Amino acid sequence: MGGAEILFQGETISRLLSGLMVTIRISLVSVAISIPVGVVVGIAMSSRHLLVRAVLRAILEFVRVMPQLVLLYVVFFGSATAFGLDLSGEAASVIVFSLWGAAELGDLVRGALASIPPIQYDSAYVLGLSRMQTFVHIILPQALARLMPPTMNLVSRMVKTTSLCMLIGVVELIRVGQQIIDFNRFQYPTGALWVYLAIFVMYFLVCWPLSIASRRLERRWAA
Amino acid sequence: MSGATPMLELRGLRKSFGDEVVLDGIDLSVASGEVLVVLGPSGCGKSTLLRCAVGLEPLDSGEVLVDGNLISATARDASLRQRVGMVFQSYDLFPNRTVLGNVTLSPMVVQHRSRSDAEEQAHSLLDRVGLWDKRDSYPSTLSGGQRQRVAICRALAMRPEVLLLDEVTAALDPEMVREVLDVVIDLADGGLTMMIVTHEMRFAEAVADRVVMLDQGHIAETSDDPPAFFRDPATPRARAFLSTFDYRRRSGRASGSLTKE
Ligand SMILES: Nc1ncnc2c1ncn2[C@@H]1O[C@H](COP(=O)(O)OP(=O)(O)OP(=O)(O)O)[C@@H](O)[C@H]1O
Ligand SMILES: [Mg+2]
Repeated sequence: MGGAEILFQGETISRLLSGLMVTIRISLVSVAISIPVGVVVGIAMSSRHLLVRAVLRAILEFVRVMPQLVLLYVVFFGSATAFGLDLSGEAASVIVFSLWGAAELGDLVRGALASIPPIQYDSAYVLGLSRMQTFVHIILPQALARLMPPTMNLVSRMVKTTSLCMLIGVVELIRVGQQIIDFNRFQYPTGALWVYLAIFVMYFLVCWPLSIASRRLERRWAA
Repeated sequence: MSGATPMLELRGLRKSFGDEVVLDGIDLSVASGEVLVVLGPSGCGKSTLLRCAVGLEPLDSGEVLVDGNLISATARDASLRQRVGMVFQSYDLFPNRTVLGNVTLSPMVVQHRSRSDAEEQAHSLLDRVGLWDKRDSYPSTLSGGQRQRVAICRALAMRPEVLLLDEVTAALDPEMVREVLDVVIDLADGGLTMMIVTHEMRFAEAVADRVVMLDQGHIAETSDDPPAFFRDPATPRARAFLSTFDYRRRSGRASGSLTKE
């Protein structure tokens, strides 16, 4: 099977790596934004105010139910039409992925907080801790520990879903691969397979450690 | 005891859950250094009584006084809350903190004591219950008996004036009950004021200065002479309750008709 030369020709690998960097950059920035926002959303969703909970729940379901691609289109094209904003594809992607991540994490945080047994609050209360102290020293650390595995999982799903960003013009890993394949169509007609193989390996190398970490943490905190 | 201010006083405590009246006007006081044991059938409101006393449940009406200070029924400020400690039946240690971390948390966070001060105190408390060696272990690695001993140390670290114990051995295997109850008897000998709910009748008899039996929202019987109470309770209600802990000796071997076939 020929065509493997395409990988060693000129700048193929370095271009793919720069595509991978775009993929990682979008994911990392989105994760960095979603985590604090998600924690705040999760805490707000545990609020006693029915209205706050209902509104957040509605937004969250909307973001989760919408296909990410639709969200990308809405933010990318909608921002230009509705607000006259000229968002770059990457900026629009970060907005969508941050929204998505914050919604998913918000629900995870809410679930983790709800899973803390009431006796933990009671014990903290009789020890004289204030509500804030109880939250900071007792409840949040336990909730965060439970959140580690699903968060890893979310990050890994996010990395994979960034491939959709090419549809709004972001030149991420898969788009770079397509460009290389198109450019070399005549010189290496069978090169496509090899380029996708390289892309496969790159995704794998990013997501595999996340999945291992997630499983490790799950086992650690199972007790 | 007469004339002195009780360490803990409950006046006219009323508490209902929905239509169910659980506490129907309870008056009870515990003198300084006294050990009061509260008995009664399951569901009679013993836990509710302790939870009301410590402020975990809002009262429908009534008052709680600690050393003569009125504690409001709803919001309760931390300084007064700290004066009454409580240990629960189920394992309530903080799983995200080590044994030492559990014992030193509230002295440091609530009382703003220095780490070295808190650890020094934790050292002497944990030594007393034989668990200083376990200071760096996490609760999930301890036995039930060890956890409850740590929970007692954690409550004592706040230097409470009264300690409430709600069936602290009810979730334990029989062989671990003793190690925990020995600690409680030791505390009683040390003069700690306590209100104890327990189903361990031998222990109750051994540790109590006074026994109270709760039934249908009221105090059915009070006794300042625990051995006499357990030997010969005054009220039929208490007699019926205590008899539930006795088993009738079988008269002979059964024919075994149920086990055959
Ligand atoms: N949070 C609650 N909501 C509704 N009902 C409650 C609540 N807590 C207790 N009760 C009810 O109040 C009554 C007294 O309960 P409590 O737990 O105080 O009994 P107890 O004497 O401690 O029983 P046990 O010996 O089984 O621990 C029970 O009928 C119980 O169902
Ligand atoms: Mg109870």
